Parts: sequence; structure tokens; C-alpha cells
Amino acid sequence: MLRSKLFSLHNIKTKTQLMKILVVDDEKDMQALFEQRFRKEIRDGKTQFVFATSGEEALNYLLQHNHEAVLILSDINMPGMTGLQLLEKIKLEHKAPPPVVMMITAYGDEENYNRAMQLGADDFLTKPLDFILLKDKLKIPA
Amino acid sequence: MNQHLQSILNIIQQDKSLTVEEKNAIAKSLKDADKELEITAFKLDRTEKVKRTTTILLEETIEELEQKRKAVEESRTALEKTLRDLKATQQQLIQSEKMASLGELTAGIAHEIQNPLNFVNNFAEINTELIDEMKEEGEKGNLDEVRAIANDLRDNNQKIAFHGKRAESIVKGMLQHSRSSTGKKELTDINALTDEFLRLSYHGLRAKDKSFNATMETNFDYNINKIEIIPQDVGRVLLNLFNNAFYSVNEKKKILNGLYEPKVFVSTEQLDDKVQILVRDNGNGIPQKIVDKIYNPFFTTKPTGEGTGLGLSLSYDIITKGHGGELKVETKEGEYASFKIILPA
Repeated sequence: MLRSKLFSLHNIKTKTQLMKILVVDDEKDMQALFEQRFRKEIRDGKTQFVFATSGEEALNYLLQHNHEAVLILSDINMPGMTGLQLLEKIKLEHKAPPPVVMMITAYGDEENYNRAMQLGADDFLTKPLDFILLKDKLKIPA
Repeated sequence: MNQHLQSILNIIQQDKSLTVEEKNAIAKSLKDADKELEITAFKLDRTEKVKRTTTILLEETIEELEQKRKAVEESRTALEKTLRDLKATQQQLIQSEKMASLGELTAGIAHEIQNPLNFVNNFAEINTELIDEMKEEGEKGNLDEVRAIANDLRDNNQKIAFHGKRAESIVKGMLQHSRSSTGKKELTDINALTDEFLRLSYHGLRAKDKSFNATMETNFDYNINKIEIIPQDVGRVLLNLFNNAFYSVNEKKKILNGLYEPKVFVSTEQLDDKVQILVRDNGNGIPQKIVDKIYNPFFTTKPTGEGTGLGLSLSYDIITKGHGGELKVETKEGEYASFKIILPA
């Protein structure tokens, strides 16, 4: 299942050369971390990041910038709206074209995994994030 | 008649100088004397008997008293032992209550430590890469680029230090909580203590129950000076109040779900010569009929096995007896519960 979804992600990406990624995490330093981990990719204009520190903020962004973000990376464990609630809303309200949503959590447990998949998550990653694996999944050309 | 009196009577009878009347009068007196003598002898005898009886009774009483004294002594020893046992049990209960609340927190603590450690590891790795890049740029003579990378390195180092300290303070907090209270008052930053335990409580419950969620709102008064408290003890009180608040909103959410937004509000405030910490939740509140009982030891509304019933009782003792402060509750059933800790500054 994951494979096929990643293929579709690959398709989206080939259509638009610049990949815009929305990262949702209540840890503010995630921004600095992503910006540095993807330093070269950002510099070379292959990808662009936007950041939200809550589910509410992420939804706001998606409303204001309709379908700009083709990929959403969201933490599950956040105060207020959880990543799972955000996932559910995105999948229900933003249908065409559906953004790819990858869930990230520190609790890499069965229950969260199953719930995320049930709600239509495209992938599931655990913290600490393996950025090499993530880049591989994003299929960003080096 | 008494032998001596009889002798006197005989002598008198033979005396020729006395008239018959005189002899009769003396004889009567002697008979009266004899009667009185007899009565006196009888009384003496009776007194003697009473005395013997009394002595026996007295001895019996003394013996009885001695037995009673021994019984009292024995029960006193037994009571002292019971008291010692009770005190030991109380200590064990306090310890197990503490451990129970710590156990609940373990997962949350692990999560809380993992996050900063991830940052430490990630930024350390990035710095290694950046140093290589900086070398390359230096060799190429791109000084501007070298400077930019150096700035990034410094920023990242600050982040590493920040998250390292964050993890350290969590471990410290955890150790403080599990260690027996030193009972020593230390100058403590109330805001930092409150924030630390709020996070521990939130993440602890979160880790235990994946569906758990609540909005936390804080309003800290940053003008509060450090105050002298026993930080481990007050930390336990805070932990207890936060756990209760989150428990209450979570229970309410299970019933209402839908439109209900679970919320826990925490604030600190400097009052004249006091510091106040407020913990307010919009959960189920406390029914009026049990509000007087909440500080009683072993009183709990939680299902068997979920609460020791010692949390608020210990909290009350820590704040009032341990710190000369006040622990006040305000609540409306079904709407909210609000606890105020007031500590002398």
C-alpha cells in the first residue's frame, strides 16, 4: 500500500518541479532542523518548506494557500488539535488533488499507526527522523 | 463478772464499816463497770475483725491494681508498636503514592527527554557536515560563505546547548520527584517548577492514553521572585493537581465528546506577601456533598485500583503543615474545578 502511494507522490512531484512541503510540529526548532537538513535542496530551488506549530495553524495555511502544499509532514502529538485530527480534516476537506500526508510521531506504536492508516495517511515516520530515509521517500533528485 | 471487779466486790461485802446501802451502791457501780468493760471488749474484738478483713481487702486491691497496671503497660506497649507500624505504613503509602504517580509519568518523561535529545543529535550531525562544507568553502576562498556557515554553526551550537539543558532539567525534575524529600527549603522559581510539572503530567497522561488530549493555557506572572519552598514536595502537589485536572477533563470528554473542549488553565500570581498558583479545569467538577471530604486520606472517586485516595490529602498536608500556606478549592459540579495554592513569599 505504501509503495503505490509513494508512486503517486512521485507523479505529483514530476509535474511540479518545485515541491512545497508543509511541516506541522509544535517543536519550533523543527523549522531550523528542516531548513538545515534540506539546505542544498532549498538553495537549489528543488523544494520549499512552510511551517506550522499547530494543527489549527496548518489548516489555516491550507485554506489560504489552496493546494499549494503538495506534501504535509505532521507530528501526531501536539497540544490542541492532534496530527490525527488534522489528517482527518485534510483528507475530508481537501479532496482534489488530495495532498500527500505523512505522519510523524515519537510514539511509533501500533495503535497510532493503524489509526493514521485508517484515516488515509500516506506514510508513517517515527522520531528521531531519519532524514536520509525521508529524502529517499520524498524522491528529491540529488 | 470480771475477776478483778469480783475481788473488789468480795472485799467490799466483808467490810463492816460500810452500810448495806453503800455496799449495794458500790455493787451496782461495779456491775455497770463490768457491763461497760464487756461492751468495750466486744467492740475491740469487732474492730480487730474489721481490721483483719480490711487488711485482706487491701491486699486484694493492691494485687488487683498491680494486675491492672501490668495490663495497661502491656496495652501501652502494644499501642506504641501499632503506632510505629502505622507510621511505617504511612511512609510506605506516601512512597507508593509517589511511585505510582512517577510510574504514570515514566512514558511522558521518556517522550519529553527524547524530543530534546533528537534535536541534540540532529544538530550535532548537521554541524559535522557544516564543518566539512566550511573547509571546502575555505579552500575555495569563499570567505562570505565561510562566515555564513560559521554563523549557522554557532546558532546550531546554541540549539544543542538549549536542548541539552532541557533534557537535563527533565532528568533533574524526575530525580527530585523520586528522591525522598530532603525536607529542606530552597529558593525556587515557581514558574519553572509549575511549567515542568505541567509538561510532565500532560505528556505522562498522553503517553498512557493515546486518545487523551486537552488544551493547556498558562499565564505566568514573571515578576514573581523566587520563594523558599521544598521543591520536591510542592512539585508533587502540582503534579497531583494537574493529573486530577487532566483526568477530570478526559472523563468529561469521554461522555460528551462532540463540542466539548477540554481545557486546563494554570496561572501564577504575586499577591502582596504571597504567591498564588491556580489550577483550573473545565471538567466534571466536584459534587457539593463530597467537597468537604476531598482532603480526607483514602477518599477517592476513582474506580478501585486507579487512585490511592492519598493525593489531595498529602497535598493538603504539604501546603498547610509543610509550608504554612493554603490549599483552596472552588468548584461547580459538571462545570469546573479550581484549586489555589497560596504560599507565603
